[in-house]
Amino acid sequence: MHERLGARQEIFGPQAVSRCCDPHAGGVGLCELAIVVGPGATIDSDTRSQIQALGFSVRSLETFRVVHIRARSDDPAHLAERLSEQLLIDPVGQWWCHRGELRNDGLIVETGLRPGVTDREAAELVRIAAELGLDLEAASIGRRHVIDVHRADGSALDAGRDGAAIELLARRVLHNEVIERWGVGELAPAFAATEAEALGTLSIPLARLESDGLAALNRSRRLGLDVEELRVIQSHFAEQGRAPTDAELETLAQTWSEHCAHKTFRARITFEPDGEVVDGLLKSYLRAATDRLDAPWVRSAFVDNAGIVEFEPGWDIALKAETHNHPSALEPFGGANTGVGGVVRDILGVSAKPVALTDILCFGPEDLPLDRLPDGVLHPHRVRNGVIAGVGDYGNKIGVPNLAGAIVHDPSYTTTPLVFAGCFGLLPTGSNPTMAQPGDSIVVLGGAVGRDGVGGATFSSQTMGVETAEIAGSSVQIGDPIVEKGLIDVVLEARDAGLYNAITDCGAGGLSSAIGEMAHTLGADVDLALVPRKYPGLAPWEVWLSEAQERMVLAVPDPEPLLELAGRWSVGAAVIGTFTGRGRLVVRDSAGGDPDQPVIDLDCGFLHDGRPQRQMIAERVEVGHRSANRTNDPIDPAATLLRLLAHPSIRSNESVLRTYDHEVLGGTYVRPYGGPQGDGPGDGTVLIPPGTSGTRGMALGIGVNAAMGRLDPGAMAWNVIDEAIRNVVVAGADPDQLSLLDNFAWGNPTDPATLGGLVAACAACHDASLHHGAPFVSGKDSLYNVFVHPDGTPDPVAPTLVITAVGLVKDLTVVPITGVVEAGDDVWLVGPPWGELGGSHLDLVLGEDHGGLVPQHDPDALGRHREVASAIAAGLVRSAHDLSEGGLAVAAAEWSFAGRLGLELDVSGATEVLFGEAPGRYLLEVRPDEADRVGAFLPSGIRIGSVTDSGRLRIGPIDLDLDDVGRAYTQRTSAHRTSADRTSADRTSADGPAPAGGGDE
Amino acid sequence: MSKPRVLIPVALGTNRDHDLAHAFELAGAEANVVPLTALRSGAFRLDDFQILGVPGGFSYGDALGAGRLFGLDLVGWFGDQLHAAVARQTPIIGVCNGFQALVRSGILPGPSHSAVLARNERHDFECRWVTLEPSTVRSVWTAGLSEPLRCPVAHGEGRFVSGDLDALRAADQVAFRYVDAGGKPAGGRYPANPNGSVADIAGVCDATGFVVGLMPHPEDHVLDRQDPLRGRPGAGAGRCLDLFKAGVAAVV
Repeated sequence: MHERLGARQEIFGPQAVSRCCDPHAGGVGLCELAIVVGPGATIDSDTRSQIQALGFSVRSLETFRVVHIRARSDDPAHLAERLSEQLLIDPVGQWWCHRGELRNDGLIVETGLRPGVTDREAAELVRIAAELGLDLEAASIGRRHVIDVHRADGSALDAGRDGAAIELLARRVLHNEVIERWGVGELAPAFAATEAEALGTLSIPLARLESDGLAALNRSRRLGLDVEELRVIQSHFAEQGRAPTDAELETLAQTWSEHCAHKTFRARITFEPDGEVVDGLLKSYLRAATDRLDAPWVRSAFVDNAGIVEFEPGWDIALKAETHNHPSALEPFGGANTGVGGVVRDILGVSAKPVALTDILCFGPEDLPLDRLPDGVLHPHRVRNGVIAGVGDYGNKIGVPNLAGAIVHDPSYTTTPLVFAGCFGLLPTGSNPTMAQPGDSIVVLGGAVGRDGVGGATFSSQTMGVETAEIAGSSVQIGDPIVEKGLIDVVLEARDAGLYNAITDCGAGGLSSAIGEMAHTLGADVDLALVPRKYPGLAPWEVWLSEAQERMVLAVPDPEPLLELAGRWSVGAAVIGTFTGRGRLVVRDSAGGDPDQPVIDLDCGFLHDGRPQRQMIAERVEVGHRSANRTNDPIDPAATLLRLLAHPSIRSNESVLRTYDHEVLGGTYVRPYGGPQGDGPGDGTVLIPPGTSGTRGMALGIGVNAAMGRLDPGAMAWNVIDEAIRNVVVAGADPDQLSLLDNFAWGNPTDPATLGGLVAACAACHDASLHHGAPFVSGKDSLYNVFVHPDGTPDPVAPTLVITAVGLVKDLTVVPITGVVEAGDDVWLVGPPWGELGGSHLDLVLGEDHGGLVPQHDPDALGRHREVASAIAAGLVRSAHDLSEGGLAVAAAEWSFAGRLGLELDVSGATEVLFGEAPGRYLLEVRPDEADRVGAFLPSGIRIGSVTDSGRLRIGPIDLDLDDVGRAYTQRTSAHRTSADRTSADRTSADGPAPAGGGDE
Repeated sequence: MSKPRVLIPVALGTNRDHDLAHAFELAGAEANVVPLTALRSGAFRLDDFQILGVPGGFSYGDALGAGRLFGLDLVGWFGDQLHAAVARQTPIIGVCNGFQALVRSGILPGPSHSAVLARNERHDFECRWVTLEPSTVRSVWTAGLSEPLRCPVAHGEGRFVSGDLDALRAADQVAFRYVDAGGKPAGGRYPANPNGSVADIAGVCDATGFVVGLMPHPEDHVLDRQDPLRGRPGAGAGRCLDLFKAGVAAVV
């Protein structure tokens, strides 16, 4: 304890002896306190290296938590002491003081949240203080960085002289301006306003506007509409003889946005010059295949928030995957966090209990030099750490296991990182009511409405540029997983009690899209004055459009039992209107203005069906010119294998996975990583959903490939579908009862070549779905993934398609395990021994496209999936691994490392054999005395070697020590975070004492 | 004979309540998951139950430190009932966030000791399987356990720090220690000791032995199918169901 006090004295200024109350304290009741909790956290190695990359050297950087309080109290000193002792510090190892008591020399930078950004910890502090009889008006939690950083010439950064350098440090490392403020020295807290003038509704004169004026209106309000759509709106209101209100215009913009209306996927596309027409990608390809297959296990596809398929008698699975790209580029933690929250809510929106999560993350190169980072873009390393923290934070806190994912690196993801989040839910068959009835009350459940998240749908449907961070701040939110956890409990209990007739989530577009969708033909009458708000001062249209992850809307015949249930789980609930049956969407604000003068009075037919079909032009993608010939020099196979294993898209992500809870719910059967040490990469994962019979599993597999997408989008689609299927087959699933999810992330579809690639990928999805008998049941497209540089150059994302496959494991006892099992076993290769090298991972490590074909559709691959599945079903396969990124050599190396046993594989040393990639290929481990039996199941299989205890990985000419293989594969993929990344994460967890010896990895 | 009734109280953000309920049901008890608000309203009372299981999760989003607010709820709203339950030797187990709450509320390690579950030494949050050695015979929960247990940890604030380690050891209140896969002491080494806890302490009990708390999740390894070593040497060992059976056996 004495040591601790000594450390404390060092950082106190001369005034520390006096226990004066805070200088901000007022004498007559209202006071403001700023309390510092110590000891501060010392800088971690990651933040240190980021600061060094800016050209500075770091002597020390210590970060303290600052808790700002506004309260009415006659004795602020006593209040500060009680709050601190009882609520802010730990009894062992922590102390507190008033901010004014801290030593103030040296460079100090403070950061704090912008007003209105979700701050769960501050809200909990106010709540619990009230329980203790301490009445706080507001709280806000910030950070104080005490900085000893030096320039290259050795001089310390000085607040008076080095303003520009300090700003660089603050913006690049210490804070994120989208959600935070910063300042040198003491930063005043920014409490959300408690009183503000109510804003009214504006009328937007449209009638006289020509094309230019409409385009200008579109820009100034960031509506994301085109002139043709605005003309239809203009003439609709001309017929009504009035101008639209701001709320009406924003509602139409949200409902008609790319995000909500999938304008491109529903557009009429004409190919030039041949004139072929595709009348809607969804209708012609994705849904067409599902309709034609008419698979008996599909309960619902493409109609609700999520697809629903049969699991076992009495139970169904709901599945959905979403994209959350634009927000993640600006505020990686919040963007990824709300991405997870959104897709969980989609599953809740079909009355299912969320039981599994997936995440597929696409980042730029982590070693990108800072001087090549475009203005307005966060460094890929920072994006990666923030996104991973955001994904983990949400899933861990709502208690849903994260079971599958991928991390892909590609230069195009520097300016446009991609975040795909999937969720899987369980529901009793037939338990999702979907028909609101006239007279039903409209109940909003969950968090209150604020300004964060206003305009999410229109924002995510537009391209981004250097200025986007500044103007789109309000579109980015911080999630509140604890509120969503409560929502899940309430909705599931309400479902089982039959308390509602329909449910949907407030996604992008907030109440406008949720109520608009549910009122589709019925119509609704809503009073915004009844909507719970975080703070006053919101315009009616903002209340109507604010998105939050943690809010659902229900159509409820009798609201009383639901309100009581919500109260029991401490979840907010309010009745805000009724579904009328009159076919008009009417929204009033009885608190402001004339209740008879609605804020919105729209014909539901116009809102949902009035949008003109978009007409688009596409060009054919030229992929036939590639030849099979390669241009690269001979390679050293062993050295090349080690480089491949270390490639960011292949190397171990175990340390990332460990930051996600994959055990909660107790149903995890096949984990993302396995083997005797738990660090070997698996393929598909399996969950035995809690509450089911326990005799069946749900297998999840994922396919994604950026390199192939850039060269041949159609072939890429075939390959990633095959990869997802291979994953679930290895996990023991039946390849003849699969369901698929599609997630497209593409560039600007108004560019005909970009659109042509999208059409090719969709057509391939259609053909592959029919070929495999595997229907798509839900999907989501994210377009306009283009960053526009200051000079106007567009920087589009690589055409990216993520496929998620869901399969049924009907016999859990035969499922192969991860990593080879026993020396002496035979190794079988199923499928051709060679693959293609166009778009291969080999070319990624060689650094350029050396030609060769991209692997094309192989009509025999399906037969091989079935062969492997039948050998597994017969209980003959001890372990298995599919061949994907990096081909045979990488698959064998991963498999061998996972099992900590050697391999002796007798194959040719040809580059196509070692590193070629192709669909429908597997490695299987089989007991030697079962060679004859297994041979009968595997007409496409051949025994190529055995498992050994030699400690060597031998594949044709490759002969490597297993330790070297392991070292290459497991190089640190640290999930460390910088101070700025962790601000959001830390807001909901106390700062423990600085870890001894931390930050030295 | 009717089954013993287990109370599993739930705060906003608790998420392993059903895992804990499942484990107690397999152990032969009747588990009741009850929101704190329903306890507070008086609809349920602690003395209606024979066993208390405080579950894991992120109560209140870990605001102000993991388990702090849950702990304040327990003593602020039900302090009398809780202390009476401890006094009449009700078996009580706190897992992960529930352990943090029992430590924050002063129930564990007990009135004469101070302890903190601080931020992990290495990672903000980590999920991995660990091996635990039951290390006291003082507790009804662990006295009958002879073999090491295996189960996952999933936490960010689990580094046990004791105000007086010698006193804790002298009183034989160290209930679980992290050991390596071979059963040897972790010796502070990662990953066998996943969070840097002093003296490899994974869990403690109070002076009576009826109250136990631990950071790892024994409730997630009560069935063989949950074992990640399936199909490999060592599979089948370390299942944690006997821990819950011991708590149930103490009241029947």
